[in-house]
Amino acid sequence: MFDTLTGRLGEVFDRLKRRGALSASDVDEALREIRVALLEADVALPVVKDFIEAVRARAVGEEVIRSVTPGQMVIKVVHDHLVEMLGADESGLNLAAAPPAAIMMVGLQGSGKTTSTAKIAVHLRDKLRKKALMASLDVRRPAAQQQLRTLGEQAGIATLPIVPLETPQMIAARAMDVGRREGYDVVLLDTAGRLHIDEELMKEAAAVRDAVRPVETLFVADALTGQDAVRAAEAFHEKVHVTGVVLTRVDGDGRGGAALSVRAVTGCPIKLMGTGERIDALEPFHPERIASRILGMGDVVSLVERAAETVEEEEAEKLAARIQKGQFDFDDFAQQLRQIRKMGGMGGIMGLLPGVGKIKNQMAAHNMDDRMLARQEAIILSMTPAERHNPKVFNGSRRRRIATGSGTTVQEVNRLIKQHQEMSRMMKKMGKMGKKGLMRSGMPGLMPPGGGMGGRGPF
Amino acid sequence: MNDRPATGWLARLRAGLSRTSSRLASGIGDIVGKRRLDHETLEKLEELLIGADLGVATAARLTANLAKDRFGKEVSDEEVREALADDLAAILDPVAKPLAPDPAHRPHVVLVVGVNGSGKTTTIGKLARAFRAEGRSVMMAAGDTFRAAAVEQLQIWGERAGCPVVSRETGADAAGLAYEALERAKAEGIDVLLIDTAGRLQNRADLMAELEKIVRVVRKLDATAPHDCLLVLDATVGQNAHSQVETFQRMTGVTGLAMTKLDGTARGGVIVALAEKFGLPVFAIGVGEGEDDLRPFEARAFARNLMGLEA
Repeated sequence: MFDTLTGRLGEVFDRLKRRGALSASDVDEALREIRVALLEADVALPVVKDFIEAVRARAVGEEVIRSVTPGQMVIKVVHDHLVEMLGADESGLNLAAAPPAAIMMVGLQGSGKTTSTAKIAVHLRDKLRKKALMASLDVRRPAAQQQLRTLGEQAGIATLPIVPLETPQMIAARAMDVGRREGYDVVLLDTAGRLHIDEELMKEAAAVRDAVRPVETLFVADALTGQDAVRAAEAFHEKVHVTGVVLTRVDGDGRGGAALSVRAVTGCPIKLMGTGERIDALEPFHPERIASRILGMGDVVSLVERAAETVEEEEAEKLAARIQKGQFDFDDFAQQLRQIRKMGGMGGIMGLLPGVGKIKNQMAAHNMDDRMLARQEAIILSMTPAERHNPKVFNGSRRRRIATGSGTTVQEVNRLIKQHQEMSRMMKKMGKMGKKGLMRSGMPGLMPPGGGMGGRGPF
Repeated sequence: MNDRPATGWLARLRAGLSRTSSRLASGIGDIVGKRRLDHETLEKLEELLIGADLGVATAARLTANLAKDRFGKEVSDEEVREALADDLAAILDPVAKPLAPDPAHRPHVVLVVGVNGSGKTTTIGKLARAFRAEGRSVMMAAGDTFRAAAVEQLQIWGERAGCPVVSRETGADAAGLAYEALERAKAEGIDVLLIDTAGRLQNRADLMAELEKIVRVVRKLDATAPHDCLLVLDATVGQNAHSQVETFQRMTGVTGLAMTKLDGTARGGVIVALAEKFGLPVFAIGVGEGEDDLRPFEARAFARNLMGLEA
């Protein structure tokens, strides 16, 4: 989401870093550029102005200009303020209420409320072991209630049965009642999308809130929103008292200005963010890490966590054992390819690594994306079991057959076989280091040697 | 939808835009009043335009234009607004073209694309009603086979507009469905076929390739189809609209835009920047949740309304 902003800020910082000493006018110029970068990233104007002033106050101070690396100091100041703006501490969902705890979702039309509702229910079940009941209070948009029910069916989350012609208040009351009687931990209320200037609908939302007394009222904000983000957020906050923000479409190439603005004007923490279309694509929001990501410093912590979550402990142990014996075959290779895809694909992983903005562009230019992983897997799947276990048997005709079978070329098959050789050589070396070593070496090993990257590994 | 009486929709557009424009206009009033146009005033003007999502470059250009022959002079609030409205109208005028189905095509195929939640399905429903009101026969294809209940949503619109909806179960292949719909529309001699698609973020290469496939498959039946590709933009969208137009245009050959949700406080000012950069027609704007709240886009009225002036 923050790619473009990261790119712009990166340019400014690069120039700063090259300077030995910074004059006040250097800082001024950098700040002007940061201002434009933030505005083009859709950060709200009042927020940008406050930000620039705060950074200026600290950046032109003696400490920066006198320090050995003034450029670095400015970056640090910007980073610190970004973190401040995004909310210094991360905060999870508040469920401290007599069960069932009610969570109410509000927001503009099309911001992603219904999808987020289902994602939160899944998040509660899988991460926090809480049983949630979902109810749609959207009696306006055609088929909105069905949408939530279908999502519930797909994800295995209970939804309140639909009773036609009920008002939102009635549905909310019934949901709480069912939640209480059937022992749910959480009741999620998905309200209709509404404009913050629609007095009548805002009153309706407030009435539901007063009746249900939710522990959380979450404002769902689209990361692609422009300058209007603050106006909507302010209005919702004023009228229904928002307790937290869910940021959606963070996987878009939007510049994420909304994230910076909404937090700054409402003072409500961003609690969760939607990072994809899949039902489990919901992540906690970590201000510190996001600030680093914006500035192009990468988010290695998230990467490691995601790896830990995705890689099945047992599989990893099995693999490690095999590698210690020096038996890394193509089945294991395919396994690793699948794991990478599960972790959000190359793009997802790269986005979390420090300083990969440029490499990412290079990769795109060379068509190195998840399709490549899929092709590699196709090649492996076109091998016979015997071939997979014993890579030594490959001759010209086998290679041709595999290329035809997987819809690739012999060159690609050759490249994969060579890659596997290099990987197994490396794995033998790492073998004694056990599981941890494997994790560290597995990923760079997957990059095709010389394949499309001009012979350079990205790491 | 071209020959609707002007009074009705103008009033509604103004009502929809008034919140936007009153804020913008009163903002300008505060800044300029009746005094000399100086750097500080210009900077504030520029910030106001940025606040309306016009973008940094467009805002800077417009203010520079204003400064050219008025700098240092006494100017009134009214003058500034008139001048800005004229400049905006000049930019917007070339792109104010309605979506006009070509009767030579039977059907005239319109592919509707956009990111998630921009209002594609609702816009299609409203378009269907507008075309029906003009006496055209319309068919809709429920091509959003991804989002839960999107098919049902379009079916309800089909009932409202009185036109058939071709659909398959959720999860089905959208390209196959589009093909089937076009086949049926051809057989039944339908005037306009509206194809809905699942919302997708423009940076998702795989999903964009899927859109390309729909175009490719539809062309097997009619090499000139789709005759129009409508990109639906949400008025709250900011500068990301540039990237959306760019990518969708590259993948599906967008022929025009529709901007929805202009009844909020979002200004949709990004449309000015888009007009400058891409010159794509703006087919329609959405100003409410009502069934008839889709309006043709009129440059002068839009620009003057944006500046809080009487049309």
